[in-house]
Amino acid sequence: MIEQKYDVIVVGGGPAGLSAAIRAVETGLKTLLLENREMLGGIPLQCVHTGFGIHCFKEDLTGGEFITRLIDRAAEIGLENMVKTHVLRVQVDSASEKTVYAASPRGLLKTKAKAMIYAVGARERHQYEVGLTGDRPDGVYTAGEAQALMDIYGVLPGRRIVILGSGDVGLIMARRLALEKAEVKAVVEVLPYPGGLTRNIVQCLNDFNIPLYLGHMVREVRGSGRVEKVIVARVDGDMKPVEGSEFELECDTLIVSAGLKPDVDILEKMGVEIDPATRGPVVNEFYETSLPLVFAVGNALVVNDLVDYGVEQGEAAANYASKLLEYYATQRLKWRRVDRGRNVRFMVPQLVSGAMDVLFYGRVQHPEDNVRLLIRETGFEKRFSKVKPAEMIRIRIPAEELVKAKGERLTFEVVG
Amino acid sequence: MAVETRVTIIGAGIIGAAIARVLSRFENLQVYVLEENYDVGGGASRANSSVIHPGHEEDPDNQPLRARLCVEGNALWRKWCWELDIPVKWAGELMLFERNEDEKEAEKYLEWARRNNVPGVRIVRGEELFEIDSSISRNIKGGLHAPTAGLISPFEAVVALVENAVENGVRLLTETRVKRIVTRNNNVVGVETSRGLIEADIVINAAGLKADELSHSAGVEPWFRIKPRKGEYIIFDKDAEPKPTLILHTMPTPLTKGVYALTTIHGNLMIGPTAEDLPYESKGDTSTSLKGLDQLVKEASRMLHRTPPRSKIIKFFAGLRPEPPDGKWLIKAYSKPHGFVNVAGIRSPGLTAAPAIANHVSSLLREVYGLKLVEKKSWKPFRRRITTVNEMDYNTLDKHILENPDYGEIICFCNNVSKAEVLEAIGRMLAIGVKTITFDGVKLRTTAGFGKCQASRCRIRIALLISEATGTPLHSIIVKKASIGVGGVKTLWAESKEDVEND
Repeated sequence: MIEQKYDVIVVGGGPAGLSAAIRAVETGLKTLLLENREMLGGIPLQCVHTGFGIHCFKEDLTGGEFITRLIDRAAEIGLENMVKTHVLRVQVDSASEKTVYAASPRGLLKTKAKAMIYAVGARERHQYEVGLTGDRPDGVYTAGEAQALMDIYGVLPGRRIVILGSGDVGLIMARRLALEKAEVKAVVEVLPYPGGLTRNIVQCLNDFNIPLYLGHMVREVRGSGRVEKVIVARVDGDMKPVEGSEFELECDTLIVSAGLKPDVDILEKMGVEIDPATRGPVVNEFYETSLPLVFAVGNALVVNDLVDYGVEQGEAAANYASKLLEYYATQRLKWRRVDRGRNVRFMVPQLVSGAMDVLFYGRVQHPEDNVRLLIRETGFEKRFSKVKPAEMIRIRIPAEELVKAKGERLTFEVVG
Repeated sequence: MAVETRVTIIGAGIIGAAIARVLSRFENLQVYVLEENYDVGGGASRANSSVIHPGHEEDPDNQPLRARLCVEGNALWRKWCWELDIPVKWAGELMLFERNEDEKEAEKYLEWARRNNVPGVRIVRGEELFEIDSSISRNIKGGLHAPTAGLISPFEAVVALVENAVENGVRLLTETRVKRIVTRNNNVVGVETSRGLIEADIVINAAGLKADELSHSAGVEPWFRIKPRKGEYIIFDKDAEPKPTLILHTMPTPLTKGVYALTTIHGNLMIGPTAEDLPYESKGDTSTSLKGLDQLVKEASRMLHRTPPRSKIIKFFAGLRPEPPDGKWLIKAYSKPHGFVNVAGIRSPGLTAAPAIANHVSSLLREVYGLKLVEKKSWKPFRRRITTVNEMDYNTLDKHILENPDYGEIICFCNNVSKAEVLEAIGRMLAIGVKTITFDGVKLRTTAGFGKCQASRCRIRIALLISEATGTPLHSIIVKKASIGVGGVKTLWAESKEDVEND
């Protein structure tokens, strides 16, 4: 058994975990990064498209280019890391001691750390979670899986494609497959508006003449060995299929792009409080979960639009971890809980002290024009000409605004 | 030395596999098992309730054979699971009733239990019910407790039986579809298959849903037809509560043994089956439906004091039970044609009875054909399951990793299945004679891909390991029935570019 001791253990070697670990080393903390795949990098490794690093490098990079910069930086500063290392369980011994058990080809790891930064990313919703019925043929993939198959392993998944869900990964895959001369028959979205960013609707669908069926669902999949066709139907206001509106799309591949869920398996087993709105952990302004010195960042915290947000969360959490390890004071702070008001799907962080400025990430429930984001208890407001679920609201609110709230609550709402 | 009799078993489902194991004991038999799919255990044997029934639900007057072999099978599985290291849990079952009137119906089963010699069956009421299983709904009035019921992984059972049979000399031929039984002068001479004629002195028809067609081709029982009866199931995530400690089910109907709510051997809450009779020609229809899903969620809420949210459902599937006329199993050794044996229409409790059916078939061979079966001295009764990381404590795991680092490389993140297990599964498939190693076969042997992400994170990596182990290009690795991709991205591009240039 490999026994070791660190100040911080970072779980997950994607953008958020790498940034957190790099910053932790830079602040002088003895840091170990664990990654369960064969190499560091996470999901950007399979992203040959651009759109990465616009905020943090002020450049438009591909996923590979972007993550290479972080991996190179990690090597430069001598970040200790282990790949092919999968965390089995985390035991909380005390507020400032955790024992992480992990399997690795070198042996079983038993690592003690004062703090943990959890950055394992998100998991895709699959066919059974979106209630897809019918036959269960081969040729049904999640978007990320299809992407890895193509751009890590060099295999074309199919030739005639239908994409279920208009999330960004699905849209990007539509274009990617079209570029390889696959025939992308349609993108089918159950909601009346697209799930992905506008730039992706334009660049990935419109530019390639790929039809987008909004307000439609895939009712059934058919195929005895491989997918042969899908049956698509229009949905009514209650999301139920409209009888008689069905039509068939012949295809050999169905790609499910129905959104991501933070992967909180390990946190849940540790007893961390989960926010039903984000499906990630509840955190305070230090990205600290309900367990002391256990931080969560990146898509394991909240499903972000941009990789850059995960990076800034990672860096921030490492900075806070370093400060809190010096002087642990969060228990003494009085927390105000962030509540979701009208047209707010979620806000992160969920707990704020009022002692410092806070960068919030939020999402609305449905699109609206000319609205204000309002904190009911303080009167703070900010105007938006357009809000939509696909585009995160990212807003820094100064401490003096937050501290105005008299009670224990801060209610965020979007009003006309 | 005695003359060898060539026995061909059609179908590597639970019945064919159990017969193969029993016949592997005898040195004067040369046994072949023919299977049309890539792998064993692909039909009803993998998609069922996974219950080893006690035998008190079998009518001793109308179904005496089913009743006898079910009770015998239940007892035999205890020995077989031990010998073959098959995961099993003897949980006991409770047939639940919501109304006091149902107790009358339950008394019928109590009487059948007595007549079928099923031990320990009794009616449980009131508080005791919730004490023995706290997941039961408070609307339930009482239940019929049968302590001998068990839970098994039916697919792993088939694999164990086949591995043991092959080790004892049985030969498995996969991807071999039997077209018809070949007879000459009222004697079986073999079977015509997709790979040509295979000669045999005795042909045992254990072809599941297709057993009726093959029986007809042998010229017997023209009236005998198997109806597919579809059952849908839902499976919840491992972290979804409640987890019944007993096997709970509603009162049986003429169609089914009721709907079950149980914790599978792998630790997931499973609800099912529905029961839907399909037309004869729908023997491939294992589709699921929203209707079935809704019905099962409703049934679950009748039995359980709370049901997990639908968002915790990680899988639904359907299986087809081979339903014979009047529910009667057709187990018979014919003298016309001599050497043809039907083991057909083996509906529930077929999984339970499989070991007893196999013994019954071997006695038929003795009685009807006068075979003098000579026991092998070297017959090996034991087989070990795949060594799994999930069953190890940390010290044991550490030791395994030091000997073989592949135990430390986790491939399936949901269920902690290691590379070593995947490679062992591939090796075992090759060892029994599987020609095409499928992702599905590895999944079912290791539980990789059974978890909450449903293989979206491990399918390709397992396919890659299969590709490396077998030398098959990654894009042509078979998932279940079709390949994971259509070709290499770059090679396809190069080919299509040539097409354009040639145009």
